[in-house]
Amino acid sequence: MDSKLALYIVKRLLLAIFTVFLIITITFFVMKAIPGGPFLSEKSPSPEVTAALEAKYGLDKPVFEQYITYLKDLLRGDFGPSIKNRGRQVIDLIMEGFAVSAKNGLIAACLAIVIGLVLGALAAVFHDSWIDKTIMVLSTAFVAIPSFVVATLLLLIFCITFPIFPANGNVSGGLVLPIISLSLSPMSYITRLTRSSMLDVLGQDYIRTARAKGVSNTKVIFKHALKNAVTPVITYVGPMIAYILTGSLVVEKVFAVPGLGDFFFSSITNRDYPMVMGTTIFLATLMVIMTLLSDICYKIFDPRVDLS
Amino acid sequence: MSDKKLLEVKHLKEYFDIPNGLRSLKLKAVDDVTFDINEGETLGLVGESGCGKTTVGRTILQLYKPTAGEVYFDGELIRGKKTIHEFRKKAQMVFQDPYSSLDPRMTVSDIIGEPLDVHKLYSNKAERTEKIKYLMDLVGLSSEHASRYAHEFSGGQRQRIGIARALAVDPKFIVCDEPVSALDVSIQAQVVNMFEDLQAKLGLTYLFIAHDLLVVKHISTRIAVMYLGKLIEIGPANEVYHEPIHPYTVSLLSAVPVPDPKIARANQRIHLEGDVPSPLHMPSGCPFRTRCPHACDACAESMPELKEVKPGHFVACHKIEG
Repeated sequence: MDSKLALYIVKRLLLAIFTVFLIITITFFVMKAIPGGPFLSEKSPSPEVTAALEAKYGLDKPVFEQYITYLKDLLRGDFGPSIKNRGRQVIDLIMEGFAVSAKNGLIAACLAIVIGLVLGALAAVFHDSWIDKTIMVLSTAFVAIPSFVVATLLLLIFCITFPIFPANGNVSGGLVLPIISLSLSPMSYITRLTRSSMLDVLGQDYIRTARAKGVSNTKVIFKHALKNAVTPVITYVGPMIAYILTGSLVVEKVFAVPGLGDFFFSSITNRDYPMVMGTTIFLATLMVIMTLLSDICYKIFDPRVDLS
Repeated sequence: MSDKKLLEVKHLKEYFDIPNGLRSLKLKAVDDVTFDINEGETLGLVGESGCGKTTVGRTILQLYKPTAGEVYFDGELIRGKKTIHEFRKKAQMVFQDPYSSLDPRMTVSDIIGEPLDVHKLYSNKAERTEKIKYLMDLVGLSSEHASRYAHEFSGGQRQRIGIARALAVDPKFIVCDEPVSALDVSIQAQVVNMFEDLQAKLGLTYLFIAHDLLVVKHISTRIAVMYLGKLIEIGPANEVYHEPIHPYTVSLLSAVPVPDPKIARANQRIHLEGDVPSPLHMPSGCPFRTRCPHACDACAESMPELKEVKPGHFVACHKIEG
């Protein structure tokens, strides 16, 4: 069984490398097809300077040659320099931003998973009671309301009306609100997933079997029901963590958090080609890894899943 | 088999609320059922789908809270959390569907071992493993398969796991809720025979719920017949099977296939008129009167009491004199 699992992981990793390669290729050519360039701002330098700069970054060569050069550099682990942030390497910028986003994201993801599972289980156990109804109304609301509204509302309520938390994400205590805004939507989604899945499981015959054995109610819910109900949540959680770790553009903008989401967006508007490529590759790799991890978790939680 | 009453069910009622718009309707799944089971005997409980036989089994085991009525086990009233928890050690259930009644995330040894854990029935790990091995041997499973998951077994093997699980707490009484109806016919006989062997070996008492009348006749000491939540006839297995008295039992038994065309042709099959009334809108008086060929005015007025027609053979019918 374990050698089967190892083989599966190797297979998936090879496939993952291929996926990332495809993403690199598509992004590279699409990015080059967009009109504009890194040196076309309002205060454009003279044509001579532009030409010199383009020559420096190799942008004057045919696109396909640029692509081959980029791939060669990438194989050596070189993501190239950022065009807009003079003198900085792309990889350093990404790591800096990721350090901030990942810390917030990790806390937000944990909050979302733990609270989501508990609320979902509660709603299912007290099906149709006021507890269930309250949880459902709130979770529906937070799934539906876009994050910029939630973030702005939180800012309005907790920074201006009741100044409990600072609005700036860089000072102490400043990360509380960004983390809450990051976690609310996935938390609500997990709550809803857990609830519907739990309701299904609680109606199963083996739950009655457990009760007939004399297993206590709490144990029936946590050991038998939740363990079986968690499968759809795992499928969602893998990619969710990848998204949340790489930062949310909106939340980072609203609370002025210097994270990766901010970098990603500005690098596109600036046509900072190496930066766009770098962040894309980073996000894609993370996503592929998280999906693989959630598939492996799937196997661990459900022995009936056949990986081959 | 002794004459000692192991289980006494008195005026048991189990009503379910069915939401119907703003009001809710009462579904009388089990309505005023009284019977007892002697130690070491098998009481077969028959009736068509939806007549409440499964609910009787589950309510006796307190998987549903009874709406009214009492269950006595070994003379003790089963009520309250503590008594029920103790009761689970003495009374167990084998469920109908061996596919869905086993937790897919647990290995066989977990499934069989959990009741041991819950009731703390071993002093060390080795004893637990030993006990699981013994139980698996008892039901004819190879104990080498203890670390496998339920989905890796066939239907018959899964039902054996379910039986081993029920036996884990060393119960005196087992409710067998249609334990063979989900199995292939070829496997049914094996499992039914195993129930008999286990009974002889461990001195078990069964409430055997089924709709297959031949199986019930084969295994039962006595047979009880239910119709729409009510007990209408109960008596010695051979007598109920060969000389049924209640008009419903008579028609039910006339539907049993006979593996001989000559006899089958000679037998008169009694076809009942109409359908079973909805348990949400029960007819007044005797529930069978809407389909009974002998129904009279008295039947619409009151539900007949169970009367002893022959020694140990009770029938609930106005037209039958006790």
